[in-house]
Amino acid sequence: MSNLENFRAEVSEWLEENCPPSMRTPMVEDEVVWGGRNAVYKNPESKIWLDKMGEKGWTAPALPKEYGGGGLNSDEIKILNSELFKIGARPALNSFGIWMLAPVIIEYGNEAQKMEHIPKILKGEIRWCQGYSEPGSGSDLASLSTKAEDMGDHYLVNGQKVWTSYADQADWIFALVRTGPKEPKHSGISFLLIDMADPGVTTKPITLISGKSPFCETFFDNVKVPKENLIGEENQGWTIAKKLLQHERNFISNFGLAAGGGDGSKTKGVVGLAKTYLGEENGKIADLDFRSRVTEHKMKEHSFGLTLQRAGDEGGKASAASSIFKYYGTEHNKNRYELMIEAMGNKGFIWDGDEAESKEKAITRAWLRTKANSIEGGTSEVQLNVIAKRVLDLPA
Amino acid sequence: MKLVLNEELQFLKDTASNFAKDKAPVSHLRKLRDEDHPNSWDEGLWHEMVELGWTSILIPEKYGGSEFGLAGISVVLQELGKTLVPSPLFATGVLGVTSINQMGSEAQKEELLGKILEGKLTTALAIDEGSHHEPSNTELTAEKNNDGWVLNGEKVFVIDGSSADLLIVIARTSGNKGDAQGLSAFIVDPNSKGINRRKVPTADSRNYANISFEDVTISAEEILGEVDGASDQIQKVLDFGRIAMSAEMLGNTEEAFAITLNYLKERKQFGVLIGSFQALQHRAAKMFCEIELTKSAVIAAMHAADENSNELERLSSLAKFQAGTTLHTVSNESIQMHGGIGVTDEYDIGFYLKRARVAEQIFGSSTYHKSRYADISGY
Repeated sequence: MSNLENFRAEVSEWLEENCPPSMRTPMVEDEVVWGGRNAVYKNPESKIWLDKMGEKGWTAPALPKEYGGGGLNSDEIKILNSELFKIGARPALNSFGIWMLAPVIIEYGNEAQKMEHIPKILKGEIRWCQGYSEPGSGSDLASLSTKAEDMGDHYLVNGQKVWTSYADQADWIFALVRTGPKEPKHSGISFLLIDMADPGVTTKPITLISGKSPFCETFFDNVKVPKENLIGEENQGWTIAKKLLQHERNFISNFGLAAGGGDGSKTKGVVGLAKTYLGEENGKIADLDFRSRVTEHKMKEHSFGLTLQRAGDEGGKASAASSIFKYYGTEHNKNRYELMIEAMGNKGFIWDGDEAESKEKAITRAWLRTKANSIEGGTSEVQLNVIAKRVLDLPA
Repeated sequence: MKLVLNEELQFLKDTASNFAKDKAPVSHLRKLRDEDHPNSWDEGLWHEMVELGWTSILIPEKYGGSEFGLAGISVVLQELGKTLVPSPLFATGVLGVTSINQMGSEAQKEELLGKILEGKLTTALAIDEGSHHEPSNTELTAEKNNDGWVLNGEKVFVIDGSSADLLIVIARTSGNKGDAQGLSAFIVDPNSKGINRRKVPTADSRNYANISFEDVTISAEEILGEVDGASDQIQKVLDFGRIAMSAEMLGNTEEAFAITLNYLKERKQFGVLIGSFQALQHRAAKMFCEIELTKSAVIAAMHAADENSNELERLSSLAKFQAGTTLHTVSNESIQMHGGIGVTDEYDIGFYLKRARVAEQIFGSSTYHKSRYADISGY
C-alpha cells in the first residue's frame, strides 16, 4: 500500500471511531458551530465533534502542526475531504478565524502571536469578527478613520466599524485602524487585534432588507489595546488587509457554487423549482423561455465550477484571480435567486405567516440577502477595476 | 481529470503558436482572399502541417499515428485560430480521421488513414442540408441497387467541400426526415458522375461547397460502417468536431481580445489613453472572465473526449455554447472598441468577426447546444 492509501485507511478508521452519529446527518441551521467563549451547543455531539477534530488539527488541515493545524499536504487534504464527504460529516467548525485571519497571522505575525492566537482559533475557543468597513469608508476602505493613538505601552482606539458580521457574538475582532494620521491614506493603517471584552467596545445589530442579519455596528470608545496585539509593522496594515481580502473573496466566491456541483440535487435548486411551479412537459420545464434562461444559468455555473477546479489544478494561490471568482461567483448567485423567485411567482414574495412553507419563505429572504454578495468584500465594480488594472494591465 | 496541459500538449501548442506567427499571420488569409484562391487554403502550408505530423494526431498508433488525441489537435487548432489560418486540418485531421476511425472497416482504416497521414488525401464531411445544423433532418437518400448504392439529394455548406479528395456523405437509408435513426455514412469520390459541387463564397473566405447528388452510383464497399449505423456513430464524430471547433474559436477569441487590449493601451483621445476609461475597462474585465470560463470548458471537453468520459456529449455542448457566446461578445466588442478603424477592411480585426459568426454556426449554434445541454441534463 502506498503512503496515501495508508493515510486514507487511517483517516477512515479514525472517522469511524470519532465522528458521532448525529454529525453524519445533514446540518440543521441552529446546530451550526461557530465556537467561542459564549458558544451554546444545542446538540452536545457538536461539541464532541469539534473537540475531536480540533485535537487532530483537522479544522485547519493545511496549517502547520506546531500551531494546532493538521500539517497535511494537498493530496492528504483531498483524501481527508473525500473521507469526510463519504460519511456525510458536518463541518466541525465555521470560523472567520480559520478562513481569513489564521493565514495572515501565519504570514505576518510573530512567533508569540502565532502561539497565542492560532491554536485557539483552530480549536474553536475564540470566535473572531472582522472590523474593516466604516460608515464613511466602504469601497474606499483605505480612507478609514478609526484611530489608534500611541500611548507608550498601548494604543487608545476610538471610532466606529460597520458590517462587522456576528460582532455581537464574537470574542475578538481583527481591525484596521489609523496609526499614521499624517501619512498618505494607504500608509497610515495598522492591523490590530482587539479583545471585545475590553471596556469601551459595544455592538449593535443591523436589520437588512432581508430581515434579521448577523451584521452589526461596532463602537470603540477609548479602548486600551496592548501593543503586542499589533500584527506586522505599524502603518503596514494595508498590505495585510489586502491579503486577507483575497482570502475573504475566495471564500465568498464559493457562493457561486452554493447549489452547484450536481444539478441542484443537494437542495431544490432552480431547476427543481421551475418544474414544481411552472410545470413540466415530457421532462422539460414547460415554460420554454424560462427553460432557456435556466439552462444558460446552469451552463455558466458548470463552466465557473470547472474554472475553480482549473485554478486549483494549476496550483493557483490567492491573487488577482480571487477578484475574478468573487465578481463572477456573486453575480451568478444573485442571478440564481432571481430565477428562483421568478420560478415561484407569487409564492416568492410571502414574507411571513402560514400561507407559504418555511422553505419558500427562506428563499424569499435569501434572494434579498444575495443582493449584498456583490457589495460585501469589495463590490463587483471594485473587482472589475482590479481585473482591469492588475490582470489586463490597463492604464490608470 | 486535471484541467491542465501536460508537457507534450504544451510543446505541441508552442510549436503551433510559432508556426502560425511565422508562416501564417492574418496577412496569409488576406492574400488568399484577395487573389480569390480556388481552394481558399495554401497547398504548401498544408504540406508543412503534414510534415509536422498534425494529420497523425488523432490517428491511432496502430495505423501509424501519434495518438495525441483530441486534446492534441485542439491545442493546435486553438493556436491556428489565433491568426485565422485556413487549412484542411479541421475537415481532414479531425472530421475525416474520426469518421473513418469510428465507423470504417479495418481495410478502410488501413488505406484511408494511411493516405491522410501522408498528406495524400483530404476529406469533407457532407452532413448539413438546411440553413441550420440538425442531423436528424437528413433527407439525402441512399437506396440499394444491384451493384451498390444510389445517392440522391443535396448537401450544403460542406466544409472544404470544393477542395476535398473524398466526401464522407451522411445519407438516409431508412425512416423519414426528423428521425434521429436511419442514417448511414458513405465514402464518395467527388468526381463521380451525378455530383455537382458549387463553391460558396462566404464572409470568412474559407472553403465551403453546396453539393448536389443526382443518381450517384457507388459500390457496395463504399459504405462506412453498418447500414443505418451512422446515426449514433456520427454524434461522436460531431462532438469531436464541436470540441475542436470550440478550441479554434477560443483561439480566435483570445487573439481578438489581445489585439483590442493593445489598442486600448495605445489609442489616445481627449488627451488620454482610451484604456483608462472605466466604461471600457469594465467591459474588458467582463470579457476576460468569460474567456477564462471558456478555457475551462474547452479543456474539460477535450480531456473528456480522450478519456472516453460519459460526460462527452454534455461537455461538448458546454464547450461549443461557451466558446460561441464568448466569441460573439468579444468579436462585437473588439470592433466597437477600435472605433472607425475597426470597420475598415485594411485593419485585421474585422476578419475575426467574419470568422466568428461562421464558426458559431458550425455543428450547432449556441442556441442549439443550450437546448441539447438541457435535454441531456433532464431539464
